[in-house]
Amino acid sequence: MMRDFAIVWGERSLLLSGLANTTVLSVLSATCALLLGVMLTPALMSRWRAIALPARVFVDGMRCVPFLLFAYIVYYGLPSLGLRLDNWSSGLAALIIYNTAYMAEILRGAWQAQPREPIEAGIAFGFPEAKLFRRIILPPLLLTAGPVLGNQMIQIIKDSAFLTIIALPELTHAASSIQSRHYVPFAAFITAVLLYWGLCLIVEAGVSAVGRLAEARR
Amino acid sequence: MSRGDIVAMLQGAVVTVTLSFIGILIGLPLGLGLAILRWANTPLLARVVAVYVSMLRATPLVTLLLLLFFALPNVGVPIGPISAAVLALVMNTSAFNCEVWRASLDAFPKDQYEAAQAVGMRAGQRFRRIVLPQIAHASLPGLVNEMSLLIKVTPVLAVVGVVDITRAAVRIGAETFEPLPPFLLAVALYVPIVFALVSLQRFIERRQAEAAA
Repeated sequence: MMRDFAIVWGERSLLLSGLANTTVLSVLSATCALLLGVMLTPALMSRWRAIALPARVFVDGMRCVPFLLFAYIVYYGLPSLGLRLDNWSSGLAALIIYNTAYMAEILRGAWQAQPREPIEAGIAFGFPEAKLFRRIILPPLLLTAGPVLGNQMIQIIKDSAFLTIIALPELTHAASSIQSRHYVPFAAFITAVLLYWGLCLIVEAGVSAVGRLAEARR
Repeated sequence: MSRGDIVAMLQGAVVTVTLSFIGILIGLPLGLGLAILRWANTPLLARVVAVYVSMLRATPLVTLLLLLFFALPNVGVPIGPISAAVLALVMNTSAFNCEVWRASLDAFPKDQYEAAQAVGMRAGQRFRRIVLPQIAHASLPGLVNEMSLLIKVTPVLAVVGVVDITRAAVRIGAETFEPLPPFLLAVALYVPIVFALVSLQRFIERRQAEAAA
């Protein structure tokens, strides 16, 4: 058993580059999905049906589709539309588009739970709509939605593992190639599991730091 | 896509639903058991469960599945794709279910429990007659939510060779050199399953809110 872990240690550069890819992929897609989600949330909350309905259909649709299938469709489907992407860009695109829906839905939930008073006060002060959203509605939204956004971040890290099926060299893919090269399945995959666990513990620590910030600002 | 291909996809759908159902059926009570171990603060075991849950919740199902599928035969436990799939689903969903159960156990009013003690109910009776009906009610929306999450990760099972919706779609796509139609059909099969669970969750939440009002 120790020998197996020694083999994995010998392949640490492969594993670390997998970990780095997983981290980059997750952080990049979480950031972009959050930004796009922020833009999509007002559409979900819009009074005009012509805006709210397509946004709702997109969000609910994404929430009913398994991510792995969505990744397959982006990877195989876009080329038939004439758009050629390598596995990195299509994996990243799939993660971003898919999670934009979840981020928007999370922010919408938090928005509806917000107290009305500051928003009404902002309207009374004559804030234009865009500024009202940016300065009054959004900041407390991000703070109160912190824990749920953190959960989604963990979900993104785990979703990124699915991209191993389109041969994106992330952490699970790295563990798979070590296992197939040396036949050390337990050592290779348990190391990957522990690394995922570490990433998620870091996210949880970040969430509780944001929680303390939100508590201090109340 | 031929007629036979469509039949193959439908057969895959039966496999997907059956495996998910088995996973839920075992994972639900197992999650409750784990939650009780933590709630009762069982020495040592409560700590073990805490670590198990924290780790399992952070592990992608693909990684867990590959670990079980390749590592168990290595230590002398023969395991096929189906049993590896069920085991991975159960381990995954029991960790999430444990957290849902635990939240409602932690929120359970202590005075009721003490009242049951005061009228002389035994521990098993207290749990079965007083605690369980109420926490089952409180946990229901969270548990149904977890079921829809479980269905959404089942395409992963295709990776070890379980012939589910996704595996059928991949095969048909490779044979016909047109991957898009089978994948779109696969989506059309998954969406109603997930949507039914999401609607069920909303329905339960609405009814509980009305009952509370």
